[in-house]
Amino acid sequence: MTETAFPLKRGGADASGTLMSVDKDTVNKIARLSRIAINDAEADKMVGELNGILAWVEQLGEVDCTGVEPMTAVIPNKLRLRDDVVTDGDVRDKVLANAPAKEGSFFGVPKVIE
Amino acid sequence: MTDFSRLGVASIRDGVAKGEFKAVEVAEALNTRVAAAKALNAFIVETPEKAIEAAQAVDADRAASKPLGKMAGVPIGMKDLFCTEGVQTTAASHILEGFVPTYESTVSANLWKAGAGMLGKLNMDQFAMGSSNETSYFGNVISPWRRNDGGNVALAPGGSSGGSSSAIAARLCPAATGTDTGGSIRQPAAFVGISGIKPTYGRCSRWGVVAFASSLDQAGPMARDVRDCAIMLEAMAGFDPKDSTSLDLPVPAWEAGLNSDLRGKKIGIPKEYRLDGIDEDIAQMWDNGIAWLKDAGAEIVDISLPHTKYALPAYYIIAPAEASSNLARYDGVRFGLRDLPEGAGLQDMYAATRAAGFGEEVRRRIMIGTYVLSAGFYDAYYTQAQKVRALIARDFENAWSQCDLILAPTAPSAAFGLGEKTSDPLSMYLNDVFAVPASLAGLPAMSVPGGLSKEGLPLGLQIIGKALDEQGVLDAGLAIEQRSGFTAEAGEWW
Amino acid sequence: MSEYRIQGNTGEWEVVIGLEVHAQVTSESKLFSGSSTGFGAEPNSHVSLVDAAMPGMLPVPNRECLRQAVRTGMAINAHINRWSRFDRKNYFYADLPQGYQISQLYHPIVGEGEIEVTLNEKDPDSAVKKIGIERIHVEQDAGKLMHDQHPTMSFVDLNRSGVALMEIVSRPDMRSPQEAGAYVKKLRSILRYVGSCDGNMEQGSMRADVNVSVRKPGGELGTRTETKNVNSIRFMMQAIEYEAQRQVDLIESGGTVVQETRLFDPNKMETRSMRSKEDAHDYRYFPDPDLLPVELDDAFLEECRASLPELPDAKRARYEAMGLTAYNAAVLTAEAETAFWFEDLLAEGVDAKQGSNWLMSELFGALNKLGKTLDESPVNPKQAAELLGLVADGTISGSIAKQVFEIMLETGQGAAAIVEEKGLKQTSDTGAIEAEIAKIMAANEDKVAEYRGGKDKLFGFFVGQTMKAMQGKANPQVINDLLKKMLG
Ligand SMILES: [Mg+2]
Ligand SMILES: [Zn+2]
Repeated sequence: MTETAFPLKRGGADASGTLMSVDKDTVNKIARLSRIAINDAEADKMVGELNGILAWVEQLGEVDCTGVEPMTAVIPNKLRLRDDVVTDGDVRDKVLANAPAKEGSFFGVPKVIE
Repeated sequence: MTDFSRLGVASIRDGVAKGEFKAVEVAEALNTRVAAAKALNAFIVETPEKAIEAAQAVDADRAASKPLGKMAGVPIGMKDLFCTEGVQTTAASHILEGFVPTYESTVSANLWKAGAGMLGKLNMDQFAMGSSNETSYFGNVISPWRRNDGGNVALAPGGSSGGSSSAIAARLCPAATGTDTGGSIRQPAAFVGISGIKPTYGRCSRWGVVAFASSLDQAGPMARDVRDCAIMLEAMAGFDPKDSTSLDLPVPAWEAGLNSDLRGKKIGIPKEYRLDGIDEDIAQMWDNGIAWLKDAGAEIVDISLPHTKYALPAYYIIAPAEASSNLARYDGVRFGLRDLPEGAGLQDMYAATRAAGFGEEVRRRIMIGTYVLSAGFYDAYYTQAQKVRALIARDFENAWSQCDLILAPTAPSAAFGLGEKTSDPLSMYLNDVFAVPASLAGLPAMSVPGGLSKEGLPLGLQIIGKALDEQGVLDAGLAIEQRSGFTAEAGEWW
Repeated sequence: MSEYRIQGNTGEWEVVIGLEVHAQVTSESKLFSGSSTGFGAEPNSHVSLVDAAMPGMLPVPNRECLRQAVRTGMAINAHINRWSRFDRKNYFYADLPQGYQISQLYHPIVGEGEIEVTLNEKDPDSAVKKIGIERIHVEQDAGKLMHDQHPTMSFVDLNRSGVALMEIVSRPDMRSPQEAGAYVKKLRSILRYVGSCDGNMEQGSMRADVNVSVRKPGGELGTRTETKNVNSIRFMMQAIEYEAQRQVDLIESGGTVVQETRLFDPNKMETRSMRSKEDAHDYRYFPDPDLLPVELDDAFLEECRASLPELPDAKRARYEAMGLTAYNAAVLTAEAETAFWFEDLLAEGVDAKQGSNWLMSELFGALNKLGKTLDESPVNPKQAAELLGLVADGTISGSIAKQVFEIMLETGQGAAAIVEEKGLKQTSDTGAIEAEIAKIMAANEDKVAEYRGGKDKLFGFFVGQTMKAMQGKANPQVINDLLKKMLG
């Protein structure tokens, strides 16, 4: 394995003092929010990995960003607006072509009870 | 008889135009090479008939004295991130296995319009997440290169455009499309001794390209030399009203503008890229690059990009955050995989489908992205990362008052062995340390071969330019190419 | 405005109401794609690959949708944000193909404004209250899920997916169901005047999320609940009433109100908790990286302002200045349709007083009988102007006009044609009238004597007799003049 080019800080959570480390409950909560089913072993593994990565990215906390606006456009560019004209649609077959389950002209999903 | 695998984009185009050979001959020859190189696993889908079809059309146009396109008769590989009408597009994922788009991405459509033909869909890191092409659902891509130690350790072709790099280095195709979110064109190009350019963000339309991180994703060409990159970039780029971030600017004639005379140009050497512990071979190659550019007439200046060390952590917040949202559409409802366990409701179906359909690295990044955007953490992570990103862009702005271009290594090391970094995600992420800053700032950046490591593996030199100055980047790339004497090739073991 | 109080066991309770109204922007195509917004199409036909969130598809914003939001903001004197931005609201649901709704959380296109509301807009003496508007932002509508067509599946139709909505968020300034109702009516009227939304609640063009909390009068704000997607003013008022009472009962019996999303069931007239949305509360908003910030320039804003019509309050004041009664002015301006109809009538040259009286008595009366709305009126302003013109120039009398109008409603014929065909033109031929008066005087010598003896009231008798003899077609003024002369 090659040497790391930069001395990267690990475990920056306590140093920055603001962010807590991730526990298994949190991992399960994130998995639920992400709609990714995980089992216990996966959750355990993810706790370590996420903590490692998060501790590393938390070094950003040491950068003084006073008065800095978060970036919105990478390259100076203006949002173009479209004219209000119907130019698309009426492509039902294309829209439905790859559907895992379709019923007539509808997509089908497991019944939702509201 | 001509060995068509040795010809690049320009040679094929010119040969076809002059009638030295037929486009169909080239397509047939490369179809054969692609079919014979299964050991590299560079292609997910082979489309020999598409290559022939396009070649026949070019031959017919030539016979009828019709004008030929910029890429007429050139068969290429298409990274599987580009949606291709009627041809399976998976982003190397299980969740899109069997997905056949009913539409063609703008970039690929531009290439077909220019007369290029498709040899097949190239393997890659799943959803472009990875730096070694080890996250593909369809298996690792293997680099054609081997170390000079007589062993046969399988090496990484780099990622995420690893199928592209491997196929070009193995001379299965003269050129291929790549996409670069945090180095995914440049790092694989460096690993296999070819060239690749990521243009300014907004030059190439993102319409029809499976999204990874929207504010970073940018398509670009990969090929065996700088001129071929210039030709292909011209064919790929252009304003697209269907992409709100597309730049409404004419496409410059980059090929015609190529000029390796760098007199009057200032090349910046960022001190932050040269730290203790830097690989010796890399440091040596960088010094060589500096000497070559001087020789081409450029003036070398020392510059500082003070926020460089924060680029990678900022990237690993921004890219996963955008990805966690961009990949929400893979839910098993309208296309792709659906995993519906017995008795599952809608939300269970989502969770099962996405667990089964996304690979480990993709799941990991979605989780990171979800976490950094979640309630209470948004400002600490995402807003802070976007502020740091603004500072990184400002670093470059400041540098441009001292220099026209920046020279740095592309990657911190030569290609590593498959499996060497997979156990620790962080060590893999660190491979993009030199590539990511230009991505965050949306700047054009190119990798060209800079020499070989002690193990006999290619190393890449990176040139970063001002926004919209692809010409300057290509020119410096050409100057290096003309002086490096890089002719090494991978032995044909497959 | 009104002191609405709920009597609990522990005393009086005050209701605090805030509304988030979703109004469909009037546009031909969707907010971020070129597919049609047309209502009632075949399932999944008004859907582009963008609306279906196919891989690699990208949004391109529709200028008209932003323009309509800005014009709406201007109509309520709101602050227009020259710089705004689209964010993604992330959650998973089958009617949301992208897995996120493109909306505006951090930087909406329209900032603070206000709407003046009267509890009874037809009563000029009704008190006025200002309801604060916090913001208006533009966002995508979701698709539609159907649950009752299959035993084990729900069906997804994306025709509405991506249609532009304005979300108009009020301050929690309302204190009774009536105030909330008056606010929505006024808001709908403004949207229709501006032309930014058709205000059609039945077709779902307007629906409200109702935030309700209760407190002891003047006390600390209580925990609120949000009742989603209420699609009529009546239902909204019922939902508020039910929800306020439920919260009071809950608190007084020792419970606590939980902040949650609820659903109004119009059959049972009650709200209930929406469990399906339970864990959707972490929306992970962040700026949509597929879109650049929205920057509005002077020319755009000027055009928006210049294209604004006269709004209800200004129109009402102008009508009063034209001599209309306050009542008439209020009724004519309350709904955009009425005001536009009346404006068209004036444009045809009809006198304002004559026109307003006719519209409010004759036309409204007739429509009422027919069970039709003004939009469905069989007589249009041009036709009405023809009729009123015949009265104004003395061709027919007011009473004949009523007959003619009835025939117009039945047959769709023009007023002049009817008058011509039925010979309803009134006569000013003094000779013919004089002859009839002479006959009547001869037949009623006693009454002539009484009149001449000072019984002035009998004048009306002679007018009536003459008119009857003339079959209603004589000019009343001419009859008057001749009678005065001949009776002495
Ligand atoms: Mg709401
Ligand atoms: Zn909303």
